[in-house]
Parts: sequence; structure tokens; C-alpha cells
Amino acid sequence: MATSGSLQEPLGASLPSSASADPASTVTSRHSALVRVTHWITTLCFLALLVSGAEIVLSHPRFYWGETGNVLTTPLFKLPLPSSRNLVPTGYGYVLPDQNGWSRYLHFQAAWIAVLTGLLYVIFGLFTGHFRRNLLPPKADLSWRGFSSAIAGHLRFKRPGEEDAWSYNVLQRITYLLVIFILFPLVIWTGLAMSPAFVSAIPATVTMLGGQQSARTIHFFVSVALLLFLIVHVAMVCLAGFKSRTRAMITGRTGISMERT
Amino acid sequence: MSHLSRRKLIVTGLAATAGTAGLGVAARLAQKYGLVPPDHGGIYGLGETLNYASQRLLARHSLAREFSESQISKPPFPNEIPPFNDAFKRLQAGGFADWRLTVDGMVERPASFSLTELRSYPSRSQITQLACEEGWSYIAEWVGVPLSHILDVVGIRPQARYIVYFSIDPDWWDSIDMADATHPQTFLAYGLNGNELPVGNGGPLRMRLPRQLGYKNVKFVTHLTVTDSMKGFGKGLGSASPEGGYAWYAGI
Repeated sequence: MATSGSLQEPLGASLPSSASADPASTVTSRHSALVRVTHWITTLCFLALLVSGAEIVLSHPRFYWGETGNVLTTPLFKLPLPSSRNLVPTGYGYVLPDQNGWSRYLHFQAAWIAVLTGLLYVIFGLFTGHFRRNLLPPKADLSWRGFSSAIAGHLRFKRPGEEDAWSYNVLQRITYLLVIFILFPLVIWTGLAMSPAFVSAIPATVTMLGGQQSARTIHFFVSVALLLFLIVHVAMVCLAGFKSRTRAMITGRTGISMERT
Repeated sequence: MSHLSRRKLIVTGLAATAGTAGLGVAARLAQKYGLVPPDHGGIYGLGETLNYASQRLLARHSLAREFSESQISKPPFPNEIPPFNDAFKRLQAGGFADWRLTVDGMVERPASFSLTELRSYPSRSQITQLACEEGWSYIAEWVGVPLSHILDVVGIRPQARYIVYFSIDPDWWDSIDMADATHPQTFLAYGLNGNELPVGNGGPLRMRLPRQLGYKNVKFVTHLTVTDSMKGFGKGLGSASPEGGYAWYAGI
């Protein structure tokens, strides 16, 4: 016990000095390198999934609930769009060109890269305390007063102050957690629930959702929610300062000195 | 700073070497255990290979979901493919009495079967879902002879790796690996919901594999070939689908 105690002390004492030896690289990096790299890989994958997903929907822009659905079945709802298949009655007098082949190839390839990148990010986030430090809202913010002041600030289009360049506000934190831990897992789950081979191995993935067509419909709605997130996210980045926020996510530097906050 | 970047360089170099070596070993193993699809080349080869390999590892022997009679879609949706060619029309005029299924390639006893002969073999039925890559689906009761029974009759050679199957429509042919070929739910289907398989649903004879999407379930099947390699069939990508831009493996 005595030896471990005497060993710990010099180690503990040396930590602050080694951290302060290179203040430039540790203090001014807004986002860690792993967050920056995974952010942009996910961005590319998400755009690919969005475009290819939209192309796939065009081959049958009708949605159903339950196990089965086809043009002889009453749909839950239809999208007011033309289709890339002539068997779908759309009301349009023309048929779009078939783009499903490459769309399906691209959809799955982007999904694989996004899922593997996401796994790396989540493991990193758990081990480094990224979620605890940067995304879990501080207790003080989880009060009525904390929420109302953040919402009021947004409603008044108050431009974020310099301290906001270094930390997320409570609404941002909750939204990011929702996207990372609810929407992304849900979109992966409902996607797999449409795979006949995957559900043959794990039938509960589709039966829990009420059927393969229900899975497809939920997959569509979660994708719409993710698209809305993307639009609001980009709008807020523009509002906060497109150049500085985007630079922070590419190089890690905000252009604002931490000391001034 | 310099010793830090050197350490970083060494660590990165080691990681890259280990990664490359790991990928090499993974590729060797995947090839050995039949986890590489015929259309693994090209820009989408990565996603296609991951789909096929992961689903083979997870679901090699798993059974597609079967449903109750009350869940059968009424009516079963026929995704018709007009116009049919002259060869088909001639056989249809004769009530498909002269329809033949020929089986050749790496087999001990090449053979040709009439529909009557196929119906005389032990039949099986399954109430399963047919899902199209477009997004629609239906449930029906399929009746047919398991493909594994036909393969037992002709006696496949041990080096067989794929069963290639051809429609009377020369543009529609496909292939499956031995895991799908010997799967108990892989049928040559000739009946639907208690009747003969309608032409609209692929009659008189359709390849039925409920763990893959509609386009793998080739309609109007006339010919099976057993092979150890997809080279020499079309562009060697496993089926007509990748030549038209679609994936060979359609389990997802």
C-alpha cells in the first residue's frame, strides 16, 4: 500500500505539467480529431443515404401498415410524386427512369460505412467522457428556468455569444443525444427489419414493429425526422457563424481565444 | 514536439500495417468460406460483400418467417411481365404439357423433367412473403418441389458452388450459392394458394426463395446448371441483375 501510494504521487503530480507542456493543441481544439473525422464521414454517408433512399421510394411512393402492401392494397398514405415504375397509379402521365439498382447498392454501402463510423464514435465517446462532458446537459440546465431561457433565446433569434463557441446549450445537447441514441438506432433497426434474410435469423426485429410494411413506413418517418434535423442544424450553423463553426469542425480551431470566455 | 510526432508516425505506421495485413487475412478467409459474392468488384463491391458475408454468417440456415392462412393476401399481387415471347406462347397454348426443366453442368445424371414428373416428387408448401425491392409485398401459399430434391435426383458433384437458373425470357437468369440451393424453403414452385401457379405469378414454374427479394425469384424457369464458378455466365457477375445495375445478393 505504501509503495503504491508513493508511486501515485509523482505520477499524479506529473500529469498537469505534461498537459500544460502543449497548451496550444489541447486548449484551443473545439472538437477532438475523432469527432471531426466521424462528423464528416457521417455527413457524406447521410447525404448518400438520403439521395438513394429518395430514389428507392420513387419506385413505390405508397406506404402501408402491417405485414404486406401492394397496389391492390389500400395504402396508409401516398406521396404526391411520380413513380419510376409504370405499375404504380400516381396520376402522372409519365414514368421516371429506374434508378433503383445503383441506389440500393449505394444505400447499403453508405449504411455500412455510417454504422461502422457510428460504432467507433460511440465507443470513443463512452471511453473519453465525450458524451458525459459535451452532450449530457448539466444538472443546472435541466430545470424549467434553464429550458425557458434557452428557448426564449432561440425565439428572440439571439445570436450566440462567444461562450457558445466552446460549449453546447441545453437544447443542442438534447437534440444531439436524441439523434445519436434514438433516431440513428431506430433508422438502422427499421432498415434491417425490411431485410428478408436478416429477419429470418432474428424475427423479433420485424414482429415487434408490426410487420415489414410497418417497418418501411417507420423507416420513412425517421428519415424525414433526420432530414429535418439536418436542415435545422445547418440553419443554426449559419446563424451562429458558418465560417467559424465549420472551421471548428474541420480544423478544431474556433478563431476565438478560450481565455476571453 | 518532434518525439511526439515520431511516436505518432510509428503508431500510425504500425496501425496501417496491421490494418492492411488484417484486411488481407480477412479477404483470404472470406474467399475460403464462400463469403465473397460474384459482383464483389467495382465501387459498390464493399457494401455488397459486407451484406452477403454478414448475412451468410448470421443466417446461413435460418428459416424465413411463415404465416397463417388468414394472413394470405387476397388477391395475390401478380406483377405481370408482358409481352411473352413466342416460345412461351406456344407452350402456353399446349397447356404447358411440353414444358421441360433441363438440369446439367456438374451433375452425375443430367436430366430433363416434365411438370407432371416434378409434381410426382414429394411436394412441400410454405406460406411466405414475397417482397419486391421496390417496396411492395404479398403473402401466399407456395407449393412446389424443394430444389434440394431435384439436386439429389441428378446427383451434384462435390465441387459445385452455384446453381444457375434460367427463365424462358433470355434476359432473366440468376444464380444462388449452395446454402440457398440446399435450403429447405428453396422451391421450384408450381402451385399458389391451392391452384396451379398462374402465369402472372411466374407459372408454370418459378424459383422460390423467400429469404431473398422478388427479382431473385425468377419466373418461367426452364433450365438449371450446376457450376463451380460464375465465370463464363454472362459477364461473370453471378446473374443478369448486376449487368442491369442490381445486386447479385438480394437478402436485403
